Amino acid sequence: MPDSPRQQQTLISTGAVLLALLLALPVIVVVSYVFVPTGEIWSHLAATVLPDYIINSLLLMLGVAIGTLLIGVSTGWLTSMCQFPGRGLFEWALLLPMAMPAYIIAYTYTGMLDFSGPVQTTLRELTGWGFGDYYFPDLRSIEGAAIMLTLVLYPYVYLLSRAAFLNQSICVLDASRTLGNGPWSTFLFVALPLARPAIIAGLSLALMETLADFGTVQYFGVSTFTTGIFRTWFGMGSAAAAAQLAAGLMGFVMILILVERYSRRRARYHHTSRRHQDIHRYSLRGMRAVAASGFCFGIVALGFLLPATQLLSWTVSVADQVLDARFMGLVTNSLELASYAAVLALLLALLLAYSQRLFPGKVLQGAVRLAGMGYAVPGPVIAVGVMIPFSFIDNSIDSWARSNFDISTGLMLSGTVVAVVFAYLTRFLGVSLQTVDSGLSKITPSMDEAGRSFGYGPLQILRQVHVPMLKGSLLTALLLVFVDVLKELPATLILRPFNFNTLAVRAYELASDERLAEAAPAALAIVAAGILPVILISWTITRTRRVAVTRDTP
Amino acid sequence: MQISRRFPHCILGLLLACSTAVASAAEVNLYSARIEALIKPLLDTFTEQTGIEVNLVTGDADGLIQRLKSEGRNSPADILLTTDVGRLYRAKEANLTQSVESTTLEKNIPVMYRDDSNHWFGLSLRARPILYVKDKVDPAELSNYEDLSDPKWKGKICIRSSNNVYNQSMVASLIAANGLEATEEWAKGLVANFAMPPRGGDRDQIKAAAAGQCDLAIANTYYLAGMLTSDDEEQRAAAEKMAVFWPNQDGRGAHVNISGAAVTASAPNRDNAIALLEFLSTDAAQSWYARENGEYPIRDDIEIGPVLSSWGTFKADPVELYKLGAGNGEALRLMDRAGWR
Repeated sequence: MPDSPRQQQTLISTGAVLLALLLALPVIVVVSYVFVPTGEIWSHLAATVLPDYIINSLLLMLGVAIGTLLIGVSTGWLTSMCQFPGRGLFEWALLLPMAMPAYIIAYTYTGMLDFSGPVQTTLRELTGWGFGDYYFPDLRSIEGAAIMLTLVLYPYVYLLSRAAFLNQSICVLDASRTLGNGPWSTFLFVALPLARPAIIAGLSLALMETLADFGTVQYFGVSTFTTGIFRTWFGMGSAAAAAQLAAGLMGFVMILILVERYSRRRARYHHTSRRHQDIHRYSLRGMRAVAASGFCFGIVALGFLLPATQLLSWTVSVADQVLDARFMGLVTNSLELASYAAVLALLLALLLAYSQRLFPGKVLQGAVRLAGMGYAVPGPVIAVGVMIPFSFIDNSIDSWARSNFDISTGLMLSGTVVAVVFAYLTRFLGVSLQTVDSGLSKITPSMDEAGRSFGYGPLQILRQVHVPMLKGSLLTALLLVFVDVLKELPATLILRPFNFNTLAVRAYELASDERLAEAAPAALAIVAAGILPVILISWTITRTRRVAVTRDTP
Repeated sequence: MQISRRFPHCILGLLLACSTAVASAAEVNLYSARIEALIKPLLDTFTEQTGIEVNLVTGDADGLIQRLKSEGRNSPADILLTTDVGRLYRAKEANLTQSVESTTLEKNIPVMYRDDSNHWFGLSLRARPILYVKDKVDPAELSNYEDLSDPKWKGKICIRSSNNVYNQSMVASLIAANGLEATEEWAKGLVANFAMPPRGGDRDQIKAAAAGQCDLAIANTYYLAGMLTSDDEEQRAAAEKMAVFWPNQDGRGAHVNISGAAVTASAPNRDNAIALLEFLSTDAAQSWYARENGEYPIRDDIEIGPVLSSWGTFKADPVELYKLGAGNGEALRLMDRAGWR
């Protein structure tokens, strides 16, 4: 055992770097393809479809960014700082769309709004119009895709901005009021800038998910970077060129994150007071109250109530055929996988975040950031990134055992739940890291110092100071990953063991075969299983609010 | 210290337990690109008849091929089942499959629907004819795929995206018949005739045509069959507005792809795998595909049920199927150049 603190520090930070690199392995595998020559595929792509991929991906991101910011921040502010009828209900109901997989909401809305769907058919029957006689916005377009993704992704921005608003110092807001600022200017010039890190964190989750989305854009016929990756891989059979596209995507996300960090530069946001105090909400009356309630209701209706009702009606129409013991097996599998992955992702995120906090260093920071990149990588690419090193390890051990003991060990990791869970960790570690990080950033270094002055060791500081303050963030991280894993499809599909299905696999298989009604029960079960955690998240945030914030810019 | 000493024994014990389990059970491991709902009933029948358990993983064909590749000689998979010939060709090219000697398979499956060195075998046919709206189009106006680029169809054709492998194989068959240059010209003409930018699946094209958005839809017939037998009244109504036109009947015949299977190079249960393939080629299994999935059997003497019978018989393009597989990439680039999204 190393006895000097210095040695200990080196040991821990080296361990953390190795752990982060292990988790980043699939990402590294994908990036390493950059060096595989792919001949003329790139010049073909550049001459034909690559500009489209880039423009469409950027437009989609822009649309989702605007949509999620407008909806997420406004509803976050309304439910935390204003009083209006139904506020308590909307507080958690606004999170419900989060339980809805994007491709499912896309299928559902298309079923309702398409030219041959019930809405337009009824319209034609009522008016006697035929094709071409009237204008109806086309859902299956880039705008449509942006709307669908916004509807299910705004909760990330809502969740984190609301938590930030609730945690803001009442003193700061009160100061703003005494300086003569009305609610609008307090929001715009005080609350919003203070909540910026949280809002940006929520937005970057939403945008990373947008970039990784495949189901929605594929169904809508929008060529994005992600559909391009699949075309290149599947259609042209070039895994290397596909991996290079994926690496390009990651590079782009990396640049965005760095730009954001640079623009924030060295500003830090810490709480310096632990005074608890009820928030004084702005009381909305008359038309304003109606508008606020109506707006929140509209969002919940579009993002959850309408599609869920459609799913429910489909489910009822096929319930007798699909709801059997095997269906219950799917539910169990999904819940178990989601629980394992959520707990492990949280533990790993804590480990990495703390190592970074205690022993900051460029190498560790880089490794952790790399490990968090998986969130922006489309699931199938991550899956291949897991598959290649896992089978390599398996086959190497097997060869070694064969040559030394003349026995075959076969595949010990590949094709097991271990591989599936590892893929989830790679893909969703970014989510728990972000959440834990933003929780940790609320604990000022001076609190650590105070703890140390009491003679606490690092573990005691953790227990006495950090855990009580972090509880909310930890639970949020846990539940976010849980819901994400419930919805996850591509990695599960490619990596899962024999005779092992999940709700997402079932829903996708049937939906992709264009059997929407039969896909509905599994889709609805995903939504149902996601609702409870979503409500829990909301409850936690309301309970763990803290007050007092100042901005200390060195 | 005790734990660490005992640990290797535990691992060894586990491994032995695993390997004996593998050896004693009669089973076969299937990687299937066909979704569970469309294969499980047949597999259950197979297990009932033979006592051989079938372990199933479904997924995208390319994902499964990648999995086979990485797993290498230790892969547990015995069979790769795909829903188009391109992927079977690709698996064979990557040395993931093996040649199989079986008189039953050779007897049941016509030469044109299996690999020339018996690496893969077709198990059902997926025809992609032209579907037209009955009360809008006179079938006498229709003739062949080539004609679809004629300006008379401007704004009247619905077809899905070029991302889809059925379109890639169809264009590959045109390249095989007419050459690259002519096919590129054709694709440009076809794109100019699109009623709307490609999106959605085959069923969506049929629905759009039935709703009046276009006159012709290019789609695989089993989607139409699925809609005709659907529980959903709306889908049935849409499908009933459509009729099937078999193109190129005076020439090479309608484009047909196959679903098929190959025994993997590393198959640990090779005999059981062959038994399963033979089972899938039997009359009973073939007839099940036709009646339940709406796909055509690999031989024309099989009972196909009322829906498929109502569309009559047709001549299928006898192009060597591996050419479609080999031509997928080329077809995709051609469609890229033609602006077929």
